[in-house]
Amino acid sequence: MSTTTEHTRDARAGGGTDELLALAERVAGWARTGEDVEVYVARGTETEVRAYEGEVESLTSATSAGIGIRVVVDHRLGFAWAGSLDGSVLEGTLAEARDNAAFATADEHVGLAVPDGVPAVEVDLWDDGLADVATARKIELALDLEARTRAADRRIRQVDSADYGDVSSEAALVSTTGIRSSSRKTSGYLSVSVIAGDGDASQTGGGFSVGRGFDGLDPDRALSDAVSRAVRLLGATKGPSGRSTVVFDRRMATALLSIVSSALSGEAVAKGRSFFAGRVGEQVGHRGLTLVDDPTDPRAYGAAAYDAEGLACRRNALIEGGVLRGFLYDTVSGSRAGVASTGSAVRGGYAGTPGPGCRALTLAPGPEGHDEAGVLAAVGNGLFVQSLTGLHSGVNPISGDFSVGAEGLLIRDGRLAEPVREITVASTLQRMLLSLEAVGADVEWLPGIAAGQTLAIGDMQISGS
Amino acid sequence: MIDTPVLERVLSEALRNGGDFAEVFAEDRSSSSALLDDTRVEELSSGRERGAGIRVVSGETTGFAHTADLSEQGLLRAAEAASAVARGGGGGVRTVALGPDGPRTVERSGRTAPTSGSKADALELLARADEAARAAGTGISQVQAGFGTSTRRVLIANSDGLLAADEQARTRFSVSCVALGDTGMQTGYETAARTLGFELFDEVSVEELARTAASQALAKLSARPAPSGELPVVLAGGSGGILFHEACGHGLEADHVVKDASVYAGKVGQLVASPLVTLVDDGTVGSEWGTFGVDDEGRPAQRNVLIEDGVLTDYLWDYLRARKEGRVSSGNGRRQSYRDLPMVRMTNTFLLPGDADADEIVAQTPRGVYVAKLGGGQVNTATGDFVFGTSMAYLIEDGAITEPLRDANLIGNGPEVLKRIDAVATDFSMTPGTCGKDGQSVPVGCGQATMRLTGVTIGGTAE
Repeated sequence: MSTTTEHTRDARAGGGTDELLALAERVAGWARTGEDVEVYVARGTETEVRAYEGEVESLTSATSAGIGIRVVVDHRLGFAWAGSLDGSVLEGTLAEARDNAAFATADEHVGLAVPDGVPAVEVDLWDDGLADVATARKIELALDLEARTRAADRRIRQVDSADYGDVSSEAALVSTTGIRSSSRKTSGYLSVSVIAGDGDASQTGGGFSVGRGFDGLDPDRALSDAVSRAVRLLGATKGPSGRSTVVFDRRMATALLSIVSSALSGEAVAKGRSFFAGRVGEQVGHRGLTLVDDPTDPRAYGAAAYDAEGLACRRNALIEGGVLRGFLYDTVSGSRAGVASTGSAVRGGYAGTPGPGCRALTLAPGPEGHDEAGVLAAVGNGLFVQSLTGLHSGVNPISGDFSVGAEGLLIRDGRLAEPVREITVASTLQRMLLSLEAVGADVEWLPGIAAGQTLAIGDMQISGS
Repeated sequence: MIDTPVLERVLSEALRNGGDFAEVFAEDRSSSSALLDDTRVEELSSGRERGAGIRVVSGETTGFAHTADLSEQGLLRAAEAASAVARGGGGGVRTVALGPDGPRTVERSGRTAPTSGSKADALELLARADEAARAAGTGISQVQAGFGTSTRRVLIANSDGLLAADEQARTRFSVSCVALGDTGMQTGYETAARTLGFELFDEVSVEELARTAASQALAKLSARPAPSGELPVVLAGGSGGILFHEACGHGLEADHVVKDASVYAGKVGQLVASPLVTLVDDGTVGSEWGTFGVDDEGRPAQRNVLIEDGVLTDYLWDYLRARKEGRVSSGNGRRQSYRDLPMVRMTNTFLLPGDADADEIVAQTPRGVYVAKLGGGQVNTATGDFVFGTSMAYLIEDGAITEPLRDANLIGNGPEVLKRIDAVATDFSMTPGTCGKDGQSVPVGCGQATMRLTGVTIGGTAE
């Protein structure tokens, strides 16, 4: 089957961020005396091509646009959004946000961001060339990825998806409290997912390559990762139970850091939903653990000049030498904690409201400068994990309980040995931070809010046969 | 939403370059939500979204376009874009007639009524839930209560002359609690969600939800680490249905099956589960969370038996996959919004009750784990390996439920676990959930009666 999706031209992005800023300013200008209004407008274009059995299964080229408005009256906050920038919806959306504000609880800490004088570090996240890449070249790249993946290894019995995708997005934010910011960003990716078979056994693997645009995407990297992940798991059995050091590959390390990040939210802390609450200045991790969120690093996937309230993004040290240094705040959670915003507001598009969160977490690499092989050699014996399941059902960032499904390979004499599957890995997040044994220097900025770097964590409980 | 003559002209335009099939899916969704957190009503939110997605199928090829512009001009532009894939497909003028009677709708029991609750009523419910949760014990240190309601109107027209419409009002209410004790913090969560408007609260007590969430958090303060290794597991009725959703439901979706990316491919007619297992997917059940009148391809929801007495009887189908096999859709073509292509999705998926007594099942389990509530799960359909997480579990010792356990994931392989079901009770109930697949989320229901698995691997921290 093959599927093609085309965008319609009417809503196509192209007016640029100036046009969005002007629109946001116009709506913010409708604020009444005694109320503050914040207007967020966003517009995006995306293309996705999926190849299957030598044909284009789907070609999606879609646009979307929308507006989200926050109104604060007498310390009461209301919000409304619409999935359109059509002139006919703007006034109604503002009126609805205003009506919602009337029902909220008055709270002295509630208010919009005010410019704090911190200069923004401009990060160039826009690839001008992307808009000029013909759709035919994108299709060709996806078909090439699929064909080469099928041919890469005789044990690949299915390529269930081989995708090319790109996204261009623009946003503007204007408030009556003096905020005026805009941003634009492009990104591109290739991703492929395979099923390897050998006799009755099947195993799966996925790989990808990401960049700011079309150029630089590397099909070989995506397919070799997918193929090797699937093939090396063939013959996997349920591994042995016991206590072990676990090495998480770079992709899994990104997932782990993302979970820890929710406990570093100033809002979670203020509301007693973080195991870090009340522990600033204490040793919460191994001495080798230094964790920083720095969205001004342009290499980071989540890099940004401005946060979701229009303040400059900045570098925030969270844990240094295992000692908890602080949390990430937006305006409201900062006020609640008696501190200023750390420029860390994030939001999930025009339909969401801002809250504090990480964009670009990294761990300081260990002094040995290990890559993955170096970490494995240093660990000697243990379990190497390349895939985790049940992260949303088995990890609780409030209690810290951690129990997830895992696939990977045993580590013997510092090298990868036989594959294992259908096992669980368990501990608590608190204990895992203290049991950090190695942090690789093999930093790779993967999609998400944290860098990928090989991690070794000691004393985890493996449940298997 | 769109007049019938306009739909006819848009479908004709969509087939102008040729093609076997064209479809317009229009959607108008409005939603509102309120959140009470830390004793304050922090956020009231309202949203509105409408648009249409247009598909053209030409041989093996489908074209899709979507637009937020529901004017005839906007729809014709989208139709033109969707039809671009059908070039060279024997074009010409083709007239589509939708008939004079207007859209077909399906009457449902527990029929959706328009949402009648006001913002003030919702806030009162939130305050009552907060109060009830805090009154459950001094250990409760934080409470969050959320209310959300949405009305989704859909209109589907296609070149086979189908014209169907549905209105789906959905309302949910959830409470999450944190309890603080000497051992740190623990959490409890409970939610009620139905395909209804404000009438949800005629059936559901928010105080009851709040007390349940609070009691879970409080109970877990004294929880011991869950065991590790393989043990018998008794799943209480309701949320245990997630097991079937993950262990086999996803693997029975025809899109995975036709790509040979399911362990259940080619197994119709074979014994795939214990003879105690009769598994049904049914989008017509009362006002359950996965219930609707017509699916997102205009096909009425229906009851589909997937496994009967352990034998695999059928898969779940949408329009395109069914068409390839020369059969009709099973009413499982669903999409998150007009911006998405439909996929094969579950509705309400449940195990039919058996004849054992729930208490007897526990009494006849010398040692094991009793899972009162499951939190969620995940499956790899190609290997059948799946996990599901407990959010309230207890140890079973000498046939009695004893100490609470900290949260853990259980792991298993679908085809193996389905054969290890050795008892199913009569105390059937259902629970709501959100199912994610390929980036699209849809509301679903899960259900079963208390049942026992002879052995599952439990991923606790105790040796």
